[in-house]
Amino acid sequence: MARYTPPEQSKAGQILDIAVVVVAIFVALWLPLKLGFAGAAKSIDPLDAKTWDALGQNATMASIWEKLGYTPETAHDIIQNRFHYIIDWPTLIIMAIVLIAYFVFLFRASDKEYREVINEKFDDK
Amino acid sequence: MTAAVETAQTTTIHGDRVSLLRVLGPAHVWALGVGIVLVGEFTGWNFSADKGGALAALIVCWVVGLLYTSVAMIDSEVTSTVAAAGGQYAQAKHIVGPLMAFNVALFLVFAYTMLEVSDAILLGDTIVAKAGVEGLTHNSFIAATIVVLAWLNYRGVLMTLNVNFVITAIAYVSIVILFFSVSPWTQGAVLKLNELVTPANALPYGWIGVIAAFQFGIWYYLGIEGTTQAAEEVRSPARSLPYGTMAGMITLLIAAAMTWYVCASLMPWEYLGITYYPLWDAGKLTGSPLLENLLFIATLLAALASANGCINDAARAWFSLGRDRYLPSWFSAVHPKYRTPYRSILFLLPIALAFAFIADLNQAITFSILSGVLQYTFMSINIMMFRKKWPLGSIRRGYTHPFHPLPAIVLFCLCMVTFFAIFLGFGSQLIAMTVFYFLISLWFHFYRYKFVRRGDQFSMPWPKPQGY
Repeated sequence: MARYTPPEQSKAGQILDIAVVVVAIFVALWLPLKLGFAGAAKSIDPLDAKTWDALGQNATMASIWEKLGYTPETAHDIIQNRFHYIIDWPTLIIMAIVLIAYFVFLFRASDKEYREVINEKFDDK
Repeated sequence: MTAAVETAQTTTIHGDRVSLLRVLGPAHVWALGVGIVLVGEFTGWNFSADKGGALAALIVCWVVGLLYTSVAMIDSEVTSTVAAAGGQYAQAKHIVGPLMAFNVALFLVFAYTMLEVSDAILLGDTIVAKAGVEGLTHNSFIAATIVVLAWLNYRGVLMTLNVNFVITAIAYVSIVILFFSVSPWTQGAVLKLNELVTPANALPYGWIGVIAAFQFGIWYYLGIEGTTQAAEEVRSPARSLPYGTMAGMITLLIAAAMTWYVCASLMPWEYLGITYYPLWDAGKLTGSPLLENLLFIATLLAALASANGCINDAARAWFSLGRDRYLPSWFSAVHPKYRTPYRSILFLLPIALAFAFIADLNQAITFSILSGVLQYTFMSINIMMFRKKWPLGSIRRGYTHPFHPLPAIVLFCLCMVTFFAIFLGFGSQLIAMTVFYFLISLWFHFYRYKFVRRGDQFSMPWPKPQGY
């Protein structure tokens, strides 16, 4: 197999590629933050009676909250801020498809490239 | 000389061939791994209590410990055989192919850079909370942490990891001191586990909460695989890497168990699940100013050690991408005096700074966890391919892990559970990041790969893989 000679990349091309990578990193990490995709999906289940008892805290727990500087009123939004684990099937299916498609592409395209590497490495000998 | 040692690679600078220095021993490998991870005991693991309750945090501590034991076993075998800078990146390049290697390097860079960001936020918030001065923000502390540690990494790997060894050891000892100071063998005096974790609140969300807790259970140990990043700078990779990694894993399992026991016995799960500094809070709740101050200092040291190791690892993964022309070769420069990948260190510095100012702690942690779990999924498949392409006896391995393929299957299954756990509460973030990796993979495969020298991607002195 003929040895592949890659083109030399100009300085401008290198700078452009660096810019592409930087933009991609910021889009991937910053955009979910900006669009509100990042972070926990939690919500507060409010209680009318804000007492340690109503918040499900026994005497030991209540004494620790107080030691930490909380009252039933200030602890309410922490204690009642809960996850609601409802499986959203369409989102779950989309997630599974995206993950599987990504890994299938990754392994298939990698294998194609790997065969070129192996052919050049071992057929030279 | 082992096969691994023979593969130390060089970079040309001003006509001279310059390589990374082989100066590290097993203690440095331990310090690199544990140093990165130990901060997980000081913050982050406790968010698993938020997702599933205190008992869920304990269950995932052990089950995710099993996941990481599999990671350490698999990693020790592959890395002791493919010992090159970039760790899992070099493994992917030799076993799966260039595109996978490109992705793995990005997983590493994102996992470590976001972990560094989390560390810096933790450090800044801890100092601000301790100072208690109105109007004081964490920004200057975050910036100082990231810049000073980047400078330290710029100056040299030996000094960096010597510092890490000392501060990691101090942080670890502080957990041990806290554990024995609260009379762990008796309940009621200081610890009140059975009053805080009751049958009614142990699993507030039921078993689905246990599954959901896997997400932050990863944080107990995330980064232990970073030991492999030093493969090209270790004097004896075949001995030091397995020894340092496995010793690190044992150390962390003990620390995680002690941390859960003390914290769950001192604070209600609702508070444990949201605090940024559970061990420091535990120190406060003992009523001992000495323990409070010790845990305050240890929290800062753990964050520093972790950020320090993360800069080291992320820069080496980025450096490897440049050296193989997967990214512009400009990144592959080694400093002529300090022999460090200085351009990669400097390039990643503003990225870390930017995200430290725009993300909050659990968002940064989730970014890091996502990249980590994608990487572990790769590792479970990678070891199967490694054993198939080069069966035992066909090449010299520094270490052969037992019970194959059980660790790989366990690792793969636990990764699937963790993906589902991330979906429970953070699904949109998972999809957004996977789409990014997909798009950047298309960019690499259809454009960037043309700059890559094909045959040079395989540098190990191994026979042709079976099936090719």
